[in-house]
This record gives sequence, structure tokens and C-alpha cells, in this order.
Amino acid sequence: MTKEDIKKAIVEEIYNIAPDYEGENIDENANIQEEVEIDSYDFLNLLTALYEKFDVEVPEKDYSKVDTLAKMTDYIFEHLNKK
Amino acid sequence: MGIYKMPSLGADMESGTLREWEAKEGDNVKKGDIIAELETAKGVIDAEVFEDGVVEKILVKPNSELPVGAPMAIIRAKNEKLEDLEKELEKLQQEASMPKEEEKKEEVVQKKEEVAQPKQEENRIHITPLARKKAKELGVDINEVAKKIKGKISVEDVEKAAKEKNIVYTSPMRQAIAAAMSRSNAEIPHYYLSTKVNMTPALNWIKELNSKRSIKDRILPAALLIKAVAKALEKVPTLNGFWIDNTLQISKEINPGIAIALRDEGLITPALLNVQDMDLDETMKSLSDLIGRTRKKKLKSSEVTKQTITITNLGDLGVEEVFGVIYPPQVAIVGFGKIVDQPWIENDAIAIRKVVTLSLAADHRASDGRIGAMFLNKIDKLLQKPEELL
Repeated sequence: MTKEDIKKAIVEEIYNIAPDYEGENIDENANIQEEVEIDSYDFLNLLTALYEKFDVEVPEKDYSKVDTLAKMTDYIFEHLNKK
Repeated sequence: MGIYKMPSLGADMESGTLREWEAKEGDNVKKGDIIAELETAKGVIDAEVFEDGVVEKILVKPNSELPVGAPMAIIRAKNEKLEDLEKELEKLQQEASMPKEEEKKEEVVQKKEEVAQPKQEENRIHITPLARKKAKELGVDINEVAKKIKGKISVEDVEKAAKEKNIVYTSPMRQAIAAAMSRSNAEIPHYYLSTKVNMTPALNWIKELNSKRSIKDRILPAALLIKAVAKALEKVPTLNGFWIDNTLQISKEINPGIAIALRDEGLITPALLNVQDMDLDETMKSLSDLIGRTRKKKLKSSEVTKQTITITNLGDLGVEEVFGVIYPPQVAIVGFGKIVDQPWIENDAIAIRKVVTLSLAADHRASDGRIGAMFLNKIDKLLQKPEELL
């Protein structure tokens, strides 16, 4: 799976959680929670959805490594390749 | 059970629209079953029945807008006779069609006349039904439009009038919030207290707990805060209840209304029911379920009517302190702000700690500052020993 595929899948999940951003361009270097106005509950749901999709579980101590779209993509990409 | 009527889902609700029946004639229903889907200012609500019985007769069709209290169905309980219920229904229908002057309570008469008068004026105005609906939605005064327009008022006329006046669409939900908050500020003598709470022990404890758990079983700090509030209310029950007819009614059930933002518009505070019977995991699961259903607009009638206190958390938006407005007839609202790193004195030394400002707005008719202070102190103590909240 390429980074582009992963990014696409993440964006899709973000649209599910924040349907009013559907089709909008998401700044990949901005803080996701602020960029698409999601709270800690939504953020946990996003990570749960990605876990179900990629089987990559982000522990809480790594939250700072997944706070932007770009970082989240890299994180999942690296952990998928470790498997 | 008897006659099932349009329920009042909050003091500010005047009418609701039946979207769909979830039961049909002949069905057996149990207390808590969903009988109908109602559209109200609070969104679409699943209306529950209050008692076991058989649905004998359905009286109204979907898509009818009905005032609160209007008969909707006959539900016969075991010990009831159908003919008695039919008589009761007849009586209700007769009362509803009686002239308003004959109402017994003077207050009610006054209120109804106030409502009735402008309606009579409206009736003289020539307006298409669609334009009337649009005017209601946009908050445009059709009496004013009628002064300028000759002939029948159309949707375009209403839209033009709204544009001229820079009227922004005010949703039914916004209007409901406006009514409740105006009433609160006019009637309730609020008092405010706040205190800073060291959240480091609680957050470390959650971190430790979550590190051993699968992502699906993780606890959010919000669940711990709710649990702490509920537990403190068990010790200080005065803040958990209602102020009705100049008396305080303390509730045994602890049903905090949780402020949940909707993505498109507004915010509602559905109840997390019976938190007093839940452990921390159950609180988290119920909270998750409640937030999900709130955003999907799938709430039950009990969840929009049974709140005994409100909890609001504006921390996600970076706000440090909340000065709440009580939702009547409740008597208190608890606010949590953003958790921030702050210098904190501990054992004669200064350390950096995660600190949250915990605030309370309470009804001074129902309690005094001393009670409020005891309550905040209790929450603080509980959050220093989070393991006891599990």
C-alpha cells in the first residue's frame, strides 16, 4: 500500500466523522482536530476506524506523532511496513 | 396508560410533528419501548411509552404537527377497559374544541389569548401556505410584509423581506435555546464558584489504564470527570434536581445532561441516564453511545427530558473557564475548561501540573454557596484518587 492510498483512506474516514468537510481540501500540515473541528471523542473514533482498516493501533503516548494528516499518514505507513 | 399524548420534551416545547409510528394497532408495548418518531426543535426524537399496554387505536397520521398534550393513540393497560378510554378521549377532544374563554385557570386563558390574537390578524392576510411556512422559518413578520405588498404574499416576497432586514435563519433549535436561556436569566438568581484542580494524578492514571487496553476500550478524561461529578452529587444531592413551584425536588437518579456540539448547528444536552449505577467503563460506553446518537439525531424522549444537572466541557475549544447558564428547571451547571500546564505548589516546592478550572453556576433559591463549595471540593478530592472512580 502506498502513502497516497493511506492518505486517501484517512481522508475518507475524516469525511465520515466530519461530513460537513466532505470534498474539502484538508491542510496536511495543520492540526487535524483544529482543521476539521473534531473533539477528543471524534479523534478516538478516527483512530479506532483506522485500526479496523489497517490493524495499526496508535497508543496514547504516540498521539503527538499523529496530530496532522501528514504525520498520521507516515505513522501508519511505517507501522504497516514493520508488520 | 390510557391516551398517549404528544409528550412535552422540555418546558419550551409547544408542538411536535409525528414523523412515523414505530408501533401499529394491536402491538403489545412495554415501558421504554419506542412508539413513534417525533420531530421537535431538539431534532428527531424517539418517543418512548411510559407503561406496558396494547396499542388499541392510532389517532393521527404521520406528518401531522400537534400541540403538546394532543391525543395520539389509545394504549390500553391490562387493568383498563377500552370503552373507558374511548370516553376519556371523547372528553379530551371536546375540551380541546371548547371556546378558550371557558378555560378554568385564568393564567392559561391569558397565555392562550396572547397567542391567539396575532393568529387572528394573520388569518386576514392573503398569503400562500408555502410563504407562511417560509416566514415562520425565517422569522419574518408577515403583518409587516402585508403592509407593503398588494395581493397575495408569495415565497419570493417573504425571502425579499428577510434579505432587506438581514435576518439570518434561526433554526427551531436556536429558538428553543433562546427561550430556555431567557427564562433562566430572568428567573434564576445564579451564583458562581470556581476552583483549580490538579489533573496530573487522574490523567496519569488514565494513561496507565489505557496503555494496557485495546483502542476500543480506552477511557476519555470526559468519562472520568462525569463519574466524579456523579459521585460528588451522591454526597451533595442538593444540586441534583429541579426547582419547581418554589420548592426544590431532589432527584435520586443522577442524569447529567452532557453538552454535545452538533456539527451543523447548535448544541444539545441529552441526559446520560442513571450514572449512579454505572462504573467508569459503563459511563464511557454510554457516553460514546450518547454522543454518537446525538450527532446522528437519534435520541430517546427520556434523554431529552430527564436531565437533573448539566455538565459542559469547553476545554476542546481552548477555553479555560466556563460561567454557565442553568437550564431550568435544573438547579446547577458544572463546567470544565481546558487542561493546561501550570505552576503548582506541592510540599513547599513548585512543580508543573496539568490543571483544569472547575466551575459551578447554581440556583441560589435551591442552595447556598457553602453547598456549592462542598460540591466542588468533593469533585477535586475524587479526582486526586481516580482509582476509586473505576
